[in-house]
Amino acid sequence: MYRFKYQKAASVAEAASLLDGAEDGVYLAGGMTLIPTLKARLASPTDVIDLGAIDGMADISVGDTVRIGALARHAEVAASAAVRGAIPALADLAGLIGDAHVRNRGTLGGSVANSDPAADYPAAVLALNAVVHTDRRTIAADDFFKGLFETALEPGEIVKSLAFQIPRRAGYAKFPNPASRYAIVGVMVADFGAEVRVGVTGAGACAFRSAELERALAGGLAAEALADVTIPYDGFNSDIHASAEYRGHLVAVMAQRAVAAAIG
Amino acid sequence: MEVTLTVNGTAHALDVPDNMLLVEVLRERLRLTGTHVGCDTSQCGACVVHMDGRAVKSCTVLAGQADGADVTTIEGIGAPDDLHPMQAAFRECHALQCGFCTPGMIMAAIDLVNTSEQLDEQAVREGLEGNLCRCTGYHNIVRAVLAARDAM
Repeated sequence: MYRFKYQKAASVAEAASLLDGAEDGVYLAGGMTLIPTLKARLASPTDVIDLGAIDGMADISVGDTVRIGALARHAEVAASAAVRGAIPALADLAGLIGDAHVRNRGTLGGSVANSDPAADYPAAVLALNAVVHTDRRTIAADDFFKGLFETALEPGEIVKSLAFQIPRRAGYAKFPNPASRYAIVGVMVADFGAEVRVGVTGAGACAFRSAELERALAGGLAAEALADVTIPYDGFNSDIHASAEYRGHLVAVMAQRAVAAAIG
Repeated sequence: MEVTLTVNGTAHALDVPDNMLLVEVLRERLRLTGTHVGCDTSQCGACVVHMDGRAVKSCTVLAGQADGADVTTIEGIGAPDDLHPMQAAFRECHALQCGFCTPGMIMAAIDLVNTSEQLDEQAVREGLEGNLCRCTGYHNIVRAVLAARDAM
């Protein structure tokens, strides 16, 4: 690791002020992506500002929406009876991220702010039409993910919590890379009655909604409705793990499995 | 940077570089070399310790993040003549060959048993996804964890 100055913020305002005063600062949440990135010398910030000690940013509450603090760890979301009661598929998704030790450190806010193309949570943010609450404003799910590791967040903006809409039913299915457990493709299907939303991760530069799948499921959740769907894979990720064409195929298969999981 | 942390029941106040990792604090400052560095890329799990009771990869935690934490390493769970039930089960079931992954496996397995309501073979295999072993083929490790589950 290159040298940097480490500081722990006690509040969101203090974190923002520390970043403002840094030459090239970066926020640290759970660190499950940032610390390996620093160790590989792929980033060289002058200042690392740890958000981990900020009080009240890991709360989980269920009302009209499922509201989860940005510092809630994946293991906490996976084990939350409140989340499981309202949106079982969201608790399931959290329990599939990485491995147990990663889930004990990694956070919801860190995951969505990073917009890793293979992260799990972005599929849920889109399918569950979440609202991202920051220290400056609210951002709708459809406006949040902009590209590879790119979001609508402005420099220095901090994610405080996410509010997920509660669907009638939802399901998540993931084809994990067997080594890293990242999603080669992950699909969340959420049935809101009047609308079915489908969030896809792993396939493109960032998570996206699939118009083809949403159209096919508009008449209701049924695995048969997806039998003839083909997913255009132009522009999909292609690497040693999976070609773009294979990822396109996996999107349809994971969607069928997600529907099956949602139907129960 | 000053950090204070409790390791295996003993409080320490240490002056460390801002970019020091928890595993470096444990191995290089406190000479607790039972915690291993395997891949150093957050994948293999050889460096797993307990931080405030939960299994974490100590190669992916900054010393500053561990400030104020209660850390338990493989040295803190048993003694040669008084093994932890998980250590005893690993010995009994022949759950190690070269032994490199064993400290991380044992710390991960203890957290798994402590936090699982129902732990069957499949759950053990899934629970140890973050720990790689290149010798045993995992079968005896799974047997050991299931044996320790009943003993703990």
